[in-house]
Amino acid sequence: MTEFLSILVLLLLANIVVGLARVLRGPSAADRMLAAEMFSTSAVVILLLLAFILDAPALLDVALVLALLAALAVVTFVGRAWSELEIRDGDGTGGDREP
Amino acid sequence: MLVFDALLAGALIWLAWQATHTPGLFRSVISFIVFGLLMALAWVRLEAPDIALAEAAIGAGATGALLLSALGRLAVTHEAGTPWQERPDLYFWIPAGAALLGLLTLAAWALPTPGLGDDVRRVLPDSGVANPVTAVLLNIRAFDTLLEIGVLLLATIAIWSLGRMPMPSAPAVRSPALTALGRVLFPMFVLVSAYLLWRGSHAPGGAFPAGAVVGAGGILSILAGAQPWLTGGVRGPWRILLSLGFATMLAVAWGVMALGQPFFAYPPGLAGLIVLVLELAAGLSIAMSLVALYLAGQPPDHWGPEAARR
Amino acid sequence: MSLANAIGLLCVLLGMPFFFLGTLGLLRFPDAYTRLHALAKTDNVGLGLVCLGLAILSGSLAIGLKLFLIWVLMLIASATGAGLIGRTALARGMKPWGL
Repeated sequence: MTEFLSILVLLLLANIVVGLARVLRGPSAADRMLAAEMFSTSAVVILLLLAFILDAPALLDVALVLALLAALAVVTFVGRAWSELEIRDGDGTGGDREP
Repeated sequence: MLVFDALLAGALIWLAWQATHTPGLFRSVISFIVFGLLMALAWVRLEAPDIALAEAAIGAGATGALLLSALGRLAVTHEAGTPWQERPDLYFWIPAGAALLGLLTLAAWALPTPGLGDDVRRVLPDSGVANPVTAVLLNIRAFDTLLEIGVLLLATIAIWSLGRMPMPSAPAVRSPALTALGRVLFPMFVLVSAYLLWRGSHAPGGAFPAGAVVGAGGILSILAGAQPWLTGGVRGPWRILLSLGFATMLAVAWGVMALGQPFFAYPPGLAGLIVLVLELAAGLSIAMSLVALYLAGQPPDHWGPEAARR
Repeated sequence: MSLANAIGLLCVLLGMPFFFLGTLGLLRFPDAYTRLHALAKTDNVGLGLVCLGLAILSGSLAIGLKLFLIWVLMLIASATGAGLIGRTALARGMKPWGL
């Protein structure tokens, strides 16, 4: 069963790496933020599975802290960063398009 | 798991490159946040759950919020391209990088084998806690932790000396969900923080993650529109809490000297209690300096509508 | 392998496609609003199934409750985050795809 869960962990990490393309491409700041949120969920699941594979219950606490702080990044983004970024090209993408 | 480690290392290097060399500051910040997430996984793979916990709380959570908020304040001057040198000076950077790498290899080579783990395990029964990391941080090498808390205190003093905090800009959209989020989650932050602090004596946890978590909770409440009751006045509670960790550690260090012990050598019977008190004080100070760093300036003497208008 | 273990593994396995489909949606959907939809499925159903499966596998009430707490925290973060990003994007004048 451990080998089986290990394969799932590997697939989830590969999933994150593939998803990095969205951080690369954007186009808007919100898209990049969404990708980061998705990765934080995947990281939580990887930690949960690793806690079972390595039989290390302390990793559940790491996942708990990640889950608790997941809200912080997105709220800071909406409340501080995104409302301040210039609307450059009029479509509200947050002025983060490639030059 | 070898494939997993290789993939993780590759992704980390790529993200580090992205965070420093990408055009567009926002993309750099997002790369840095994802880097923190994967770094926590890397620490897990290196069998260092304590550092993974600290990285999850500080690296992925609090630092991301600090950077995003700083980015919002930079908005006026924010342009798509960062002013990187067009052609970096390779004749300097390649030898410098190689020299640094060589020095690091030498340092790693010179490390004593098999490390200090056995020494720590030998004195662990007298340290008052069962978790070796907490024993090193708050008993065996408490002096280092004192200096770390001192650095945090100095950073906060430096930021406060720059001036009053800039009043936070209101979010573009008012959402009832945001206010509710602050109210619902803040007790959770305090609960998890107390849990981590308590667990620190026998499992990964302790003052740094606990302080970071409750500090992050404070940041979230401020973002959700809460008015802190803590004020930054000269004799205000904020200053007392900020200096609490440093002052308590110094008091303990001198107090045990008065009892006839060397500097920071706790009497064996009291070690557990002393470590718990120090963790509580240090955790509170860490939390308050995190919120202070986030506010980017000295908080007002009185919070209220008149402070918001100023 | 006992029946409980089989059910637990099945739940974990059922949760996995949501992560891959979430990444697929993140990469292939045309705008931020539709990507929000893909992300929410991952956070809610994918993480929920994995947590349920692992709770059954662990066979311990304390770990099960912690997993449940992690899921609820991610639910709160995901729901609030999606709402905030959607509202702010609309307020900034970002046009939903196809309208």
